[in-house]
Amino acid sequence: MNKIYKHVIADIIRNRIVLFYTLILLLASLSVFSLEDTSSKGLLSMLNIILMIVPLVCLIFSTIYMYNSSEFIELLLSQPLQRNAIWWSLFIGLITALGLAFFVGAGIVILIFEPSFLGLMLVICGLLLTFIFTAIALLAAVLTKDKAKGIGLSIILWLFYAIIFDGIVLFMLFQWADYPIEKFMILISMLNPIDLARILILMQMDVSALMGYTGAIFKDFFGTSGGIAISFGTLILWIMIPFICSLRYFKKKDL
Amino acid sequence: MIAPKTYLILFLLISIFLPSAQASIWHVGKNERFKNVADAIQHAQVGDSILVKKGVYHEHNLIIDKALSIIGQGLPILDGEGKYEVLSIKASHVTIQGFHIRNSGISSLKDLAGIKIYDSQHVQIINNLITNSFFGIYVQYGKHCTIKNNHIIAYGVEEQQSGNGIHCWNSSYLQIQNNLITGHRDGIYFEFVTHSIIKNNRSFRNLRYGLHFMFSNNDTYISNVFTNNGAGVAVMFSNHVNMFYNTFHQNWGDASYGILLKEISDGIIQGNHFEKNTTGIYLEGVSRVKMTRNTFSNNGWGLKIQASCQDMAIHHNNFMNNTFDVSTNGTLVLNNFNGNYWDKYDGYDLNRDHIGDVPFRPVSLFSIILEKNPTTLIMFRSFISALMDKTEKLIPSLTPEQLKDQFPLIKPVQL
Repeated sequence: MNKIYKHVIADIIRNRIVLFYTLILLLASLSVFSLEDTSSKGLLSMLNIILMIVPLVCLIFSTIYMYNSSEFIELLLSQPLQRNAIWWSLFIGLITALGLAFFVGAGIVILIFEPSFLGLMLVICGLLLTFIFTAIALLAAVLTKDKAKGIGLSIILWLFYAIIFDGIVLFMLFQWADYPIEKFMILISMLNPIDLARILILMQMDVSALMGYTGAIFKDFFGTSGGIAISFGTLILWIMIPFICSLRYFKKKDL
Repeated sequence: MIAPKTYLILFLLISIFLPSAQASIWHVGKNERFKNVADAIQHAQVGDSILVKKGVYHEHNLIIDKALSIIGQGLPILDGEGKYEVLSIKASHVTIQGFHIRNSGISSLKDLAGIKIYDSQHVQIINNLITNSFFGIYVQYGKHCTIKNNHIIAYGVEEQQSGNGIHCWNSSYLQIQNNLITGHRDGIYFEFVTHSIIKNNRSFRNLRYGLHFMFSNNDTYISNVFTNNGAGVAVMFSNHVNMFYNTFHQNWGDASYGILLKEISDGIIQGNHFEKNTTGIYLEGVSRVKMTRNTFSNNGWGLKIQASCQDMAIHHNNFMNNTFDVSTNGTLVLNNFNGNYWDKYDGYDLNRDHIGDVPFRPVSLFSIILEKNPTTLIMFRSFISALMDKTEKLIPSLTPEQLKDQFPLIKPVQL
């Protein structure tokens, strides 16, 4: 397993896309922080990068990588190796590379310019989103044999989590404006990792506005240590569930 | 040589001031002639001084009915035993200095206070510590009174069981300076108080408002600090109120405002700092108030200005790091927002005159949506809300078209 893992890492580094991603993140984060005199606007730009760009890159890159290494996977399967170990090492290889890219490109810069709980929250959420969307990409890749379909699926998934889901939630909020749905909304937000990460960061970023009545309900949940623990637990579930699904599917898959 | 006329004037002057020169000093203490203050007051003449030595005095209700200076040495304690009004001042020209007044009675019927001034003028209350009292200092029908350097501390839990720190009613020409007030219902409360100056006070962690005034015209508030009060500061039904260089800080909650301005007219609000409040200023029915050189930073909402406000001049203010700079509840705009600095401004300045070339609209669509449907807060900073805001900036439909800064500043106003 260790050998496969090392090979995956070496392979990812060799194809330079991840290096390019790191560089782009580094450039973006350095420029947004150094252009503004206060860090808050930079943080806002970083928030958008974390919520939009990171999931997109992780999904697309991982899906394409899985398809491109399908021959390599087939080769590995012809060896006396467990499917379990192959899939795990592929996943861990991918998240190490992408997580490292995010941490070097954005994480360090954020922590330098905003050495606070908010900065830490941004970095942790960015890393968790990296892991989550890599896991989702693996699931998308294993579900479809056709490369075009698989990439299409991952793009649709990204669109869904980044935009469509929010649209639906907003629609629901307006439809049920007369009902006390705040607590229900907390539950709904658990269904989308991007939303969950955004709310966790929001709790640190816009603390004054959130002290209003409605905000207080969210704050009572997401602002307490119990709520934060549950939220992070949910985010970790968001890594585990897609990955385990993909793993089970891969084990049975007839290649 | 001094002319005889001058002698005459000198003689006359001396004879005027002679009675005060003859004023005697009475000592109160364990080993002094008087064991309690009430006896000393009874024996003292108008203009005398009473020096009170260190100790605990249970005087029940101490009534001061003549012009005396009562001065504590080493912070003697006047204890109201939780039943009485500690000091009642019913004469003009009284000075109370250097006492620790504690445990007044609690009665909403009689409004018991640590020190209460009844219908008097030129009363001075200086350097006292007032703890655990229902009302701290209560002034009714006072004129030209000075309340200075007092620490007024209560441990109130419930609004009903707690009075105001400095409560002034139907008074004028008061000077309230350098006091520290905490734990009361309202820190400073004014009703029908005019021509007064409130300066350098600190009012924090009070149950309701840090400062609360109604029907109080021509007052000036300078360099006060209001922090972390239950509902911030409320100012209602007054005119010609000036507020300079005050700080309003960390007033958090749905109904909590840096300042709540309701039915105010003809004032100046200048050089104040509004920081980390849920709402910096909430304005309702405010007219002809000039707001300049204020700083709004890290607030949930900088200004919540209702459509009922008119002829406001809001210029040269800095709006920085607020979640929302301005929100409003209607489309009617009768106020002038030109010439402020907005950190959210993303226009350009081609002719380099430090004024942005395109107008800035401080009201975002999302703040309007939030006003109608507060639960949408959960969608804040999502991609879809940013998209809606951008669309609205290009084609305003829900946000008031007229609410804009025609000359937004490129750089913050130097204060």
